[in-house]
Amino acid sequence: MADARVSLPVNVPPSTLGAAWLVARKDLAIEFRTRTAFLSAVVFALLGVTIFYFAWDSTAVSAVDLAPGVLWVIFTFAGLLGLQRSFGSELADRAIDGLLGAPVARESIYVGKALANLVFVVGILVVTLPAVVLFYNLPIGAGILALAGIALLAAIGLVAVGTLFSAMAVNTRMAELLLPMLSLPFFVPIVMGAAQSSARLMAGRPVAEAWPWLRILIAFDIVFVTACTLAFPFTLDE
Amino acid sequence: MVQAERLVRTFSGRRAVDDVSFTLHAGDCLALFGPNGAGKTTLLRLLAGLLAPGGGRALVHGVALEAGPAARAQVGLVSHASMLYGTLTARENVEFAARMHGVPDAAAAALRALAAMRVEDRADTPVRTLSRGLQQRVSIARAIVHGPRLLLCDEPYTGLDEAGAAALTATLVERREAGAALLVVTHNLAEGLEIATQAAIMRRGRFVRHEARELLDASAYQSQYRELAAVDG
Repeated sequence: MADARVSLPVNVPPSTLGAAWLVARKDLAIEFRTRTAFLSAVVFALLGVTIFYFAWDSTAVSAVDLAPGVLWVIFTFAGLLGLQRSFGSELADRAIDGLLGAPVARESIYVGKALANLVFVVGILVVTLPAVVLFYNLPIGAGILALAGIALLAAIGLVAVGTLFSAMAVNTRMAELLLPMLSLPFFVPIVMGAAQSSARLMAGRPVAEAWPWLRILIAFDIVFVTACTLAFPFTLDE
Repeated sequence: MVQAERLVRTFSGRRAVDDVSFTLHAGDCLALFGPNGAGKTTLLRLLAGLLAPGGGRALVHGVALEAGPAARAQVGLVSHASMLYGTLTARENVEFAARMHGVPDAAAAALRALAAMRVEDRADTPVRTLSRGLQQRVSIARAIVHGPRLLLCDEPYTGLDEAGAAALTATLVERREAGAALLVVTHNLAEGLEIATQAAIMRRGRFVRHEARELLDASAYQSQYRELAAVDG
């Protein structure tokens, strides 16, 4: 039979960003339906803040010295809960094969997953940040916008690295253990930069004093968003 | 239309697909039989672009598999696993696949695909609450929604009831008549030969028999297949 008689539709696959948006929207729809990972992460974060608060000796360490460390340690571990499920949902019934079989650049899958994870992690921050401010009675005031900017930079770095390692770890038998083991060393510069810059803002110092640490955060984000996007397709090869 | 040339894929030194070549024209259907572990699923995953070949090459509608997205756009895959998201509804799953393939009016295309598999009345039901058979129908709808030029089916009749099996056969025939090439892996010779224009038996990664359907004596073929399956089984 001749190929000329083929009368099948001509589709126009989405662009990389278009496909990324579809993946992100699908992931957020799944999370919105179940809310299990988000609620678990928020409860974990609030419990963490509470435990740190009651373990705190306010006569030995001031709130301004303690709060930044508490915020970013809790944020890091709560974020890992969300990153864990990012590719876990794809493995059940091998939905990942449907994604990989789609005529889109593999990078778009990474970008889509990272976008959904970013929304997830920012959602945790929206709850955790005010909780830390309230518990430790921090005089944030006008610095709140700058603090939100630091939080966003930290979230981007955490999600860039965490999404890549989530994809790498998900096919292993020890995924729950492997993801934190792979990710946490890479989170150190993020936690350092975020904690140091937010400590200055929480102490009422000008933003200029936090700038050197912010530059580290920005550099980390640029390097790791680029590197992880390029590396992602190779993590999926069998 | 689909040209596989000396395809090879190795896992840990073992050749799961070993020097496999075949050609499918528009409207051809290759029924592929073989015992467990023969390499049938690996061959399908190679043709779907989910695995990179270790040697040889495959062209789908003139596009080499190495071309990535351009080749994957031509292929639909029905796998052992449903490849569906349990939390999403049947409609959302199929529509998502349609959008990822850039199907115009993805919502309408999704409903048409679900209707072809006679599961449109469950379109708004979360997939995890559907029976195995209904999930299989949705999975097939997901695989055909973009009108693939090559449809790869790995045991597609598994879990289907009589109505589901009839819907699948009708859909496969309709795809074939529209000009798609089909590759159907099955253990059921009667089902496979019903729609096939070619038949092949795979064993230890190789095609040990491959011929046009009209040249086959179905009953003799059945006994030969059983001998081969018994050897490896």
